[in-house]
Amino acid sequence: MSFVQGLACRECARTYPAVAAHACEHCFGPLEVAYDRQAQRRQVSRERIESGPHDMFRYADLLPVGADAPVSLGTGMTPLVRADRLAAELGLGELWIKDDTRNPTGSFKDRVVSVALTKARELGFKVAACASTGNLANSVAAHAARAGMRSVVFIPNDLEAAKVLTTAVFGGHLVAVEGNYDDVNRLCAELASERPEWAFVNVNVRPYYSEGSKTLAFEVAEQLGWRLPDHVVVPIASGSQLTKIDKGFRELVELGLVDEPAPGSVRVSGAQAEGCSPVATAFQDGTDFVKPVRPSTIAKSLAIGNPADGWYALEVVRRTGGAIGAVSDDEVIDGIRLLARTEGIFAETAGGVTIATLARLAGSGVVRNDERVVCYVTGNGLKTVEALQERIRPTATIEPTLAAVSAALGEEVLS
Amino acid sequence: MSITVRIPAQLRALTGGAGEVTTATGTVRDVIASLETSYPGFAERLLDESGALRRFVNLFVADEDVRFLDGLDTKVSDGQTLSVVPAVAGG
Repeated sequence: MSFVQGLACRECARTYPAVAAHACEHCFGPLEVAYDRQAQRRQVSRERIESGPHDMFRYADLLPVGADAPVSLGTGMTPLVRADRLAAELGLGELWIKDDTRNPTGSFKDRVVSVALTKARELGFKVAACASTGNLANSVAAHAARAGMRSVVFIPNDLEAAKVLTTAVFGGHLVAVEGNYDDVNRLCAELASERPEWAFVNVNVRPYYSEGSKTLAFEVAEQLGWRLPDHVVVPIASGSQLTKIDKGFRELVELGLVDEPAPGSVRVSGAQAEGCSPVATAFQDGTDFVKPVRPSTIAKSLAIGNPADGWYALEVVRRTGGAIGAVSDDEVIDGIRLLARTEGIFAETAGGVTIATLARLAGSGVVRNDERVVCYVTGNGLKTVEALQERIRPTATIEPTLAAVSAALGEEVLS
Repeated sequence: MSITVRIPAQLRALTGGAGEVTTATGTVRDVIASLETSYPGFAERLLDESGALRRFVNLFVADEDVRFLDGLDTKVSDGQTLSVVPAVAGG
């Protein structure tokens, strides 16, 4: 069953029914799903969740959709990996990687899209649409195919080849727009007013969509044995994911589902690339205003120059005593290689941003070695191989002879 | 000397359902004042109590975010389009 009461504006608290709408008609503030918290508290339990499906719909009671007919490719319950070798390199203690490279289309976007299209189908939509930096494109095209819906996906025309192909293969409409993501996003925001019969997952069904990211918090807590981490590190693009992970942890506390919640709850830190760091800049400057920038970074999935939830992400990080770091493109590559070398996980550039930021924050003492730390790695490296192409090569190219092997490899491997 | 203003769905109740309206040239601030005269209630939807642009409203002049230009002092010239767009999350 669903505990949804309707939608409410985060800014002015005006309420609306649970329809396809994302902005308050009065102040344009974002609309959020409102739940019957009392009823949830009475009915939701660890046992009820644990007896659910082994995917994100085990948390359906805490999402704006039922578990009966989800549009699902089997997303969620991705591994939470204890990362001792990475921790040792960074001087940290208890470190975990939430490996969300392992979702059906290779990123956390499957979580939000699954919720968005389940709700869209429930509301009677036949067409799924989105503006995307790539990962969302993959996921919308795949889930629409699964649901038997048509899809119209808009991307910037400079995306990585893999993200283009892995969207187009699902057979929907894929439109490359001359411009950056912010241009595509503006186009889609305007288009949403002209095409109310389309479910734009990150526009008119966004209140439902964004709730899917809470499952990143729910799963981590359950996988830790219904305990909260002390500190999480999360990438920031629009800021929505970070905000919803914080919300997810707080809901678990409110519903009494976790043991001994820490009084200050979970510290949340954010990660951006220097070439697109409007939220990190606002954090450093101590201001509330997130000044838009023109992105220039290899971390294209984080290249949102005008992050809609940037202000809320700042609020979360400040309230919880976290920090926001910004790292160079070289550090992003180093981060990808460090994670791959120490833990066997191949992350896309956004994951490189997160690992590099974790390294920075560990170095500066913001992330401490007495904390239980979870780092969210939210996209698969196979999608962004271009970033590594000029930097990584085979150790050697040799003739097929034993002598050539000996000549090519050093003593340490051969002995 | 007129400009086009594109109206998002959220504000069309004020414009009698119109998705586009025309008004005189001027700064963005002038345009909003003129829309307020034609469609009372328009200004308070875009501007907060201090007269600043609301946080979740984006305005574009000729497809450029006015926050990259001169904000509410940005000039909208003859034939240009001012788009009113609510902020959306992305990825």
